[in-house]
Amino acid sequence: MARDTLTGSRIRERRAIRGLRQADLARRVGISASYLNLIEHNRRRIGGKLLVDIAQVLGVEPSMLSEGAEAALIAALREAAVDAGTPLAETDRADEFAGRFPGWAEVLAWSHRRIASLERTVETLSDRLTHDPRLAASLHEVLSTAAAIRSTASILAETGELEPEWRDRFHRNLNEDSARLADSSKALVAYLDDSEAAQDTRGAPQEEVEAFMAAHGHFFPDLEEGRVAIGELIEAAPELTSRAARTVGQAVLAQYRADVALMPLAPFREAVARHGIDPLALAGVFAADLPAVFRRLAAMPPGVLPEEVGLVVCDASGSVLFRKALTGFALPRHGESCPLWPLFTALNRPLVPIRRRVSQLGRTAAQFDCFAVAWPLGRPGFDVDPVYHSIMLILPVADSAAPEVQPVGSSCRVCPREGCEARREPSILSDGF
Amino acid sequence: MGRQVLLIEDEANITEAIRFLLTRDGWQVDTHADGSDAVETVCRLSPDLVILDVMLPGKSGMDILRELREIDRLRDLPVLMLTARGQSRDRDMAERAGVSRFMTKPFSNTEVLDAVRDLYAQANSR
Repeated sequence: MARDTLTGSRIRERRAIRGLRQADLARRVGISASYLNLIEHNRRRIGGKLLVDIAQVLGVEPSMLSEGAEAALIAALREAAVDAGTPLAETDRADEFAGRFPGWAEVLAWSHRRIASLERTVETLSDRLTHDPRLAASLHEVLSTAAAIRSTASILAETGELEPEWRDRFHRNLNEDSARLADSSKALVAYLDDSEAAQDTRGAPQEEVEAFMAAHGHFFPDLEEGRVAIGELIEAAPELTSRAARTVGQAVLAQYRADVALMPLAPFREAVARHGIDPLALAGVFAADLPAVFRRLAAMPPGVLPEEVGLVVCDASGSVLFRKALTGFALPRHGESCPLWPLFTALNRPLVPIRRRVSQLGRTAAQFDCFAVAWPLGRPGFDVDPVYHSIMLILPVADSAAPEVQPVGSSCRVCPREGCEARREPSILSDGF
Repeated sequence: MGRQVLLIEDEANITEAIRFLLTRDGWQVDTHADGSDAVETVCRLSPDLVILDVMLPGKSGMDILRELREIDRLRDLPVLMLTARGQSRDRDMAERAGVSRFMTKPFSNTEVLDAVRDLYAQANSR
């Protein structure tokens, strides 16, 4: 049956969903119950004002009654039938089904979308296993130890005559491996727990330092006041477990202290109150360079800035050296970031401040103002190529009506944007995940 | 000389268990724990069969396998690959690299013994 001849059926279904009696609906739109009955049985065509009135009473768009369910719903039903691979499904009658049973059709389409979403989740977790070197190494450790235990235990259990020397050796191996399995299992569980809580402190030294900085809210009042030595803070930090992380942490805090000396908290707070988050104005007030101002802004305690800010620092290879996370702006944990970030654009134009309004594609598509600048480290020399770092301050945008917004991603693997010239590899995601 | 197996595995206790099993089964077992010179070791020892772990220090088992298959006389060498990851994509990757059989950890001793015997028999029936 053609879609537009089912308008009456859809009216009947919608009326039933709303719990309206035929007579009540007829009365409210000014027609007789018998006439409505004919309409509902598709024996009278309906359109114009009467259709609009009925749709209004039923709380739906007139097109929902005249054209049936949205094309997307019908497409979803057909897709579900194809994916199910059931030859008996009446795919050519999907529109009739959606028109007559819109509620059930929605349930079916929703279930199909949900299955697809869960499949993508499985794929993502599988991908994480592939690309998360720590997780892969931990699992390898656990499974290898389990393999050793299983083989050794089988030998002990199944070998009838085993020389005492071999038997003792295998007992010793079993003891060692069981202890190792206990340790590696605990480490794996702790890793997964921490990952769930987004508080992972293991991995690259930078990750430990970020966890350390985050644990302090990126603000060190005792260091601001000169009441504590950097070494004491580092020694007391449970997040800095490796020597490399402590070394990196030491350098970060030394930079922090230098920034404090140039821009002490009280005057900086006053300057921010006067100029807002205007990096150039603040740089002018303190005769500081922009990277220092960016870092200082990212180190403000709560209440100083009108909103939280994020910060990313990278070197000329694009390796991220430091991150201060900002809600809504995804910073990849492993692998390369989106090359469209102004952070990387700045590397092409050292010492030129860059400001871009960006929108990170994803579920929220929030907008951010990104201020970036790249600068050479150390003193210049005639025979030495400078080493550049780049820094980007990220501010959430409350008013998202800017005409020019640059779409960016987090990393290619989790970016759904199609036709991007900067894409390095296919995305594992599709829209809506 | 008896049938010779080269076991390339960096987990000492797995190595010890498999060596014990295969030795009891009449195999001559050589072991190697480093991926970086594993290909040279295979060339030098010319074993009848190789048991190869995927995750090795120095070079991955997948890379070692690919390199072995590029050497004419080792193109048909039976290689039993051991891995902690049994995902289909790893299996596919190993098959593309020319693996003879793929076994996920933890495995049973019987599985290892059966696989080694089968692979050897297949190679010698050609």
